[in-house]
Amino acid sequence: MPTIYVDDQALEVAQGENILEACLNAGLDLPYFCWHPAMGSIGSCRQCAVVQYQNEEDTKGRIVMGCMTPVTEGARFSLNTDNASKFREAVVESLMLNHPHDCPVCGEGGECHLQDMTVMVGHRDRRYTGKKNTHRNQYLGPLIHHEMNRCITCYRCERYYRDYAGGNDLAAQASHDHVYFGRHEEGVLQSEFSGNLVEVCPTGVFTDKPFLKHYSRKWDLQSAPSICSGCAVGCNIAPAERYGKLKRVHNRYNHEVNGYFLCDRGRFGSGYINSDSRLDYAGIKKPDGSFMAVHQQQAIDTAVEWVKNKKVAGIGSPRGSIEANYLLRELVGAANFVPGFSDREAGILKAIVRILKTTTAINPSIKQMETADAILILGEDVTNTAPRVALGLRQAVRNKAFELAAQMGLPQWQDAAVRNLAQDQRSPMIIVSATDTRLDDVASQCISLSPDDIAAFGYGVAEALSGRKSQDEMVNQVAAVLAGANNPLVISGASMLHEGIVNSAVAVAEQLHSCDKPSMLSLCVAESNSLGLALLVDDPNSDANMSIANLTKQASDFDVVIVLENSLERRGLSEQIDSLYKANTKVISMDILENTTLANSDLVLPAASYAESQGTVVNSEGRAQRYFPVYQPSTERLPSWQWLLKLAVGCEHGGLANLEYFDQVVAACANSQAAFGRLVDVAPMRDYRNQGLKVPRQTHRYSGRTAMHAGVSVHEPQQPQDSQSPLTFSMEGLNRESPAALMPYVWSPGWNSNQSLQKFQAEVDGPLKGGTAGVHLISSDASGAVEPAVPITPTLKPHHWRLVPVHQVHGSDEMSVNTDEIAQLAGRAFIAVGAKLAEKLGVTEGDGLIVAPHNTELSLQVKILSRVAKNCVGFSAGYLETLDLQPGDLVTLSKDEAWVQPTSTVIATDRGPAHV
Amino acid sequence: MNDAQMIHTDLDSVLSAEELTAIDRELSHVPYKSGAAIDALKIVQAKRGWISDQSLQAIAKYLEMSAEELEGIATFYNLIYRRPVGKKVILFCDSVSCWICGCDGIKQKITDVLGINYGETTEDKEYSLIPVPCLGACDKAPVMMVGDDLVTHLDDAKIDELFTDKAKYSGGNT
Repeated sequence: MPTIYVDDQALEVAQGENILEACLNAGLDLPYFCWHPAMGSIGSCRQCAVVQYQNEEDTKGRIVMGCMTPVTEGARFSLNTDNASKFREAVVESLMLNHPHDCPVCGEGGECHLQDMTVMVGHRDRRYTGKKNTHRNQYLGPLIHHEMNRCITCYRCERYYRDYAGGNDLAAQASHDHVYFGRHEEGVLQSEFSGNLVEVCPTGVFTDKPFLKHYSRKWDLQSAPSICSGCAVGCNIAPAERYGKLKRVHNRYNHEVNGYFLCDRGRFGSGYINSDSRLDYAGIKKPDGSFMAVHQQQAIDTAVEWVKNKKVAGIGSPRGSIEANYLLRELVGAANFVPGFSDREAGILKAIVRILKTTTAINPSIKQMETADAILILGEDVTNTAPRVALGLRQAVRNKAFELAAQMGLPQWQDAAVRNLAQDQRSPMIIVSATDTRLDDVASQCISLSPDDIAAFGYGVAEALSGRKSQDEMVNQVAAVLAGANNPLVISGASMLHEGIVNSAVAVAEQLHSCDKPSMLSLCVAESNSLGLALLVDDPNSDANMSIANLTKQASDFDVVIVLENSLERRGLSEQIDSLYKANTKVISMDILENTTLANSDLVLPAASYAESQGTVVNSEGRAQRYFPVYQPSTERLPSWQWLLKLAVGCEHGGLANLEYFDQVVAACANSQAAFGRLVDVAPMRDYRNQGLKVPRQTHRYSGRTAMHAGVSVHEPQQPQDSQSPLTFSMEGLNRESPAALMPYVWSPGWNSNQSLQKFQAEVDGPLKGGTAGVHLISSDASGAVEPAVPITPTLKPHHWRLVPVHQVHGSDEMSVNTDEIAQLAGRAFIAVGAKLAEKLGVTEGDGLIVAPHNTELSLQVKILSRVAKNCVGFSAGYLETLDLQPGDLVTLSKDEAWVQPTSTVIATDRGPAHV
Repeated sequence: MNDAQMIHTDLDSVLSAEELTAIDRELSHVPYKSGAAIDALKIVQAKRGWISDQSLQAIAKYLEMSAEELEGIATFYNLIYRRPVGKKVILFCDSVSCWICGCDGIKQKITDVLGINYGETTEDKEYSLIPVPCLGACDKAPVMMVGDDLVTHLDDAKIDELFTDKAKYSGGNT
């Protein structure tokens, strides 16, 4: 480790890092703009200037840029010498020439990196009296607000959006003092990761548009550590609240999972929590079919009356917490509990649990996936099914560039140089899928095959790896690519609802292990707790895995069925579900938003959303992570686990009635089965104290605490108490030096923006000082996963096409699509065909097609894809209109002559009436 | 039909066969299609005088770039015109040598005679005026280019001669 001297202080620094990193690691405040820990250095903003001296005798030195200067043994620098600090102040002054004085009305104010740096360099007095440059702002869609006048041309936005996230519709334009960052013409930003611009921009050019509609300053927001419920990746998030509304979601750093970035579903898809479709009261169905609103206690009394000493079944939820699912299972008894997956999903998840417990492959975090030097994706459009993983894969294909750079002796952080060197040379990524995917642009090879053929292809690769060459040369090539890699990664998942694809991916990963490769195998699953729920019902000794279908058949055997946060209609099987509603069985449902299941229930209980409750979810990596309530649910709502616990107490349930605290539920669950033994380690318990205090959800400057509700009542309300978690609804306590699982927001003296994160990291771009949140629940015995080859389904009938699901980051997810902005981006349900088939059917994009599976038919809008496997058609998965379409079904297609192309797909807009 | 309405028309038919041949020739010299971006812009500008949104989109499509990426290049260079210009573009040097030799006054003279400022085009669409940092002819400062011709040792009389009595103008390299 070299030693460098900064202002005569000796620093031990890591080999290969630059001066800026070394200074930040040493806790020194060296200002910067364009450098970003995930994106490296380009030396464009000149803000991190320091003086470097030739030797001890040199007193004059020369100015160098910290981010562009590698550390060398014995090198001497100064941050504080007049030259350096004056230079840095001058840089800020020059940036401020054109920066407007609009902080009071700017969405970045109070968490602005430019404000922080301006104060840090000591630039106080404005000397420039001339006119400032002004720009026209662009409409960039419903998520991002554009205010170009605030730009300081650090180029971070373009480097993030294009270089890091692979977007091609935002670019730097023009030159010198009229540089402009925007699109060629106004329009919705196309990247699924556009929201990170909000956090990447060091000032207020790109801000969170939905947040601006009900804006609060960062210091006035109350936050809690939380886990995104948008998919099974389990990104760590920091949702923030004020006035009882969820205001926004920011990234919460987790070194191994999401790092600095979220997808747009995760960042913007929680608006449904404020929606009018939330249930405000519990309701009991009246004979006329309408609901009578009742208070919480009355609802519990009714439920107890129905449930106590009766035969009760429970349907769990892959988007509910482990604790809530556990309580329901205990309440109704394991034999009467079904997990609430569709039958096909249940089979695949059962297989995935089995695989993860036996595979020799590593089940990687995103951080580990970024080290892959060859990737095979079987059947998954990762960008739309596990979005944040796709962003990681975009970094993994750059390993070729880093390899070339290492040969040249270039450090990785020399971003522009490394990119110039590599141009479009990337590590191999082979995508085998039924339809085009959003990673095709960085793939070395894209192969379009039907789901059965994808599985066959996977098995072919595994065979070829074992030495039995395939007749298909493509298979052999792919096998050779994987065999030539040091760190191959195989990705597949449940999104096609095709067990054969998953099994073939396992075969490849296992075969790579046999070839002495440390292979990685990542299997995407659908919902935030799909894997946790699959673990809960995983009983290797029993084949009894009652499905929803079986339950509905036996519905009349039960007096009551309790449904936990599950819209059963989304699990397929609409006929069976109907039979459940029609049976003489009472249905009690708890959920967050109105849905058909609730409408058909006899008692509905309003559940708290993830932002108002706590729980543990298990991501597809097997990592259990806890979310905490950001604020308390409104009076009549309760977190599902509390509804169930109150019900259990009312029923005097033997095992549950003596539980009171969330921690006790966690402990009971941990004791109940070996797989959950470490559940108690996921996050600190409610008795955790830091310097004798709980962890504050509010910033120390939180204002108006006693007056903010004066519009409702002038009496000062008592501050809500949190007896269930180690967090407090208060500004009292330390926001730093807590365990990683308890980091509600980042702030550090002098660092009000999210860049203060570096003060929480053990080292630049490293894990947090408080460790890395989450506990792995699944450890493999590495005995080798062997899954049977799934028989190929019958061949096609003439004039029939096989349905394959096409997932959409905005639209396929049940909850987020209830957010106006996401609904606008989701657009309408569609049937997706290749250009050739479209021509054959005589349709173009936007026309209608009649899709006829079995004996029904429905009309859907045509979407043309750049590649679709032979004899396949895609359909928008997870859209209400297409819930009855089943992957793998055969359909006929014909042009809908009566189709009227909708004049507009805009559901909500912020562009005024002219654009609707 | 304006550009905005044209945006989603068939971009493949925008560029002429002659333009495409010239672009193809440039493409044969570069390893990446986007490497021919500047030349393609120059080729189309040579034919049409400027680069319209529609031309830009057509070139981008042909070079397999996004319109944003090509826009970044087109707007970076101030000799690629993203707005219509006059028949002749006056590239007026305002760099240090010309400034020492009094280019400010000459520029004022041009504005007086032609009635245009930097970035503007005369009403008869004959001339546009654009500043450039240097034309490499400091020994003959102040200088400017009118169309393809370099005009040196500028003074008020020469400006009058050039723009008020065009018949007398006979080349420029004096």
